[in-house]
Amino acid sequence: MNAMHIAFPLALAYLRDRLLATCLNILLLALGIATIVSLLLTLSQAEQRMDRDAAGIDLVVGAKGSPLQLILSSVFQVDIPTGNIPLVEARRIAGDAMVRKSVPLALGDSYGTFRIVGTTPDYLSLYAAEIHSGRVWSRPMEVIVGAEVAARKGLQLGQRIAGNHGLTETGAAHTDKPFEVVGILKPTGAVIDRLVLTAVDSVWAVHTHQPVDQGDVLPDDEKELTALLIQYATPLAAASFPRRVNAISGLQAASPAMEIARLFSLLGFGIGALKLFAGIMMVCAGLGIFIGLSNALDDRRADLALLRLLGASRTTVFLTILVQGFALGMAGVILGLALGHAGTEWMAQVLPQVRGLGFTGWTWISQEGMVAGGALLLALLAGCVPALRAYRDTGNANAIPELLGQR
Amino acid sequence: MAMVEVSGLRAGYGAHVVLALDRFNVEAGQHTLVLGPSGCGKTTLLNVISGIALTISGDILVDGQRVDKMRPSRRDQFRGRHIGFVLQRLHLVSALSVFDNLALAQRLAGFPVDAARIESVLSQLGIADKKHTSPGKLSQGEAQRVAIARAVINRPALILADEPTAALDDDNCDAAIELLFTQAREHGATLLVATHDRRIRPRFSQVLELQKMSAA
Repeated sequence: MNAMHIAFPLALAYLRDRLLATCLNILLLALGIATIVSLLLTLSQAEQRMDRDAAGIDLVVGAKGSPLQLILSSVFQVDIPTGNIPLVEARRIAGDAMVRKSVPLALGDSYGTFRIVGTTPDYLSLYAAEIHSGRVWSRPMEVIVGAEVAARKGLQLGQRIAGNHGLTETGAAHTDKPFEVVGILKPTGAVIDRLVLTAVDSVWAVHTHQPVDQGDVLPDDEKELTALLIQYATPLAAASFPRRVNAISGLQAASPAMEIARLFSLLGFGIGALKLFAGIMMVCAGLGIFIGLSNALDDRRADLALLRLLGASRTTVFLTILVQGFALGMAGVILGLALGHAGTEWMAQVLPQVRGLGFTGWTWISQEGMVAGGALLLALLAGCVPALRAYRDTGNANAIPELLGQR
Repeated sequence: MAMVEVSGLRAGYGAHVVLALDRFNVEAGQHTLVLGPSGCGKTTLLNVISGIALTISGDILVDGQRVDKMRPSRRDQFRGRHIGFVLQRLHLVSALSVFDNLALAQRLAGFPVDAARIESVLSQLGIADKKHTSPGKLSQGEAQRVAIARAVINRPALILADEPTAALDDDNCDAAIELLFTQAREHGATLLVATHDRRIRPRFSQVLELQKMSAA
């Protein structure tokens, strides 16, 4: 214990003495850790998010095209839809005995960056969304808004909002046909927080050139939906139902679970490359610590001999070096975790691509412990080699006079 | 009472003997000079007395204890507590302030840090104002005073000084040796100085003259 009592302040003094190298060592390690941590944080939240958004949806039926695109557009509300499907086809599918619940989606407009989704109140039940204030729409052109939409836009009940055409902020505004906010949802942590929900009729109404109150705006056989979200009545449906949908011309069925899996296997290479890159950074940081401590050891061999002369045991000399590695590792881990979390939070708040996905840097995941532990081990290892060298060099008979320059 | 007793000593590296000494005693308070040309084994003599170099044969007693027979860790601690060093190259730890250099010597000897003791030794040596200075910013004379302060900080019974005056001009040489004598008296330590510097010979009552050993 006494050895540690001496080694610790001395190690800190040595680190302070070569401040620039110390800071560079810490920074390099911290950057590697921060990269891995923010990657892990983003990935785990993306996975969590996707699982939550897709929970309860067994199948999505939409227009032919990329199945991944269909899932992205209609479940996660991020990509553009593959096209539309005729209402009559959608009704036939919804009426199938294998379907327990079907939720129609009509996309095409947005309110600022938030999508306007024409659907039925069943969509709320998919995410167990509850009304915070107001009520569900009962007529066309009434909307309820997700918690985040309400918060970001400062919306109140009774307020009128105009949608803009298309799924981007830049589309032409439908100012002539404003919506009325009749309900605001409680936060759910799912995609619904970022949506403006209304009756499918509203979407149809906005896209015809007639006043809203003139009854049905289109004949049924001209009406279209973007997609149908389907819950099976029985798990057995998974075997045959998608095949039957795909046989209908112009329609396709896509399973969220399969497409998410496919997405992650597509991203796998990129994620792997990023992890490898961060890993290489950490190993470089470890090497940096090793080189730094070894150089410092060469400069301070006389110091170490002096410690022995003044009564230090070899263990004290060993610890003096090892503690430097440990302290560098510890500082790197603390700074790296802080940077990783703050960086993730910053990205979540500032980058337009991920803003609104509800990601946060202020959460912990278990893999971080492994990253921190691994980095500490690396730093200890990097300190261990020069420490052992110092232990050996100051232990041989006659070594101390030599190191003191007495011969 | 004998502070240092050496008998039947042979020391060197491996089988190469650089020093052979049948009998050499230093009584407590009897400041002693070991004089000889470089390579005569005077540094080796100091090293075996302090236990940082091993003997080939012979007995070494310091303050009545067999330093050559101690376990290594015990010997390290004994050295830290009972022997002070003034080295030719002063070897102050440059990463630490003057105060911390002295505190380090206390800690390494297994004593708690005694700030009052450090202050009093520094002021005796007239360098109390350099307490927080880094050794790299001291003048040569100040650095030597810090080295002497470190040698006496733990009230050692024996101070070993290796060429303390070799690099100094006559005036500074006198001052340095005066300082060593004063400090040794002040702290009740016995001085054992190894040097080739004949200028300081008259100050010592006991002088051991060593000759360089022949190749035989």
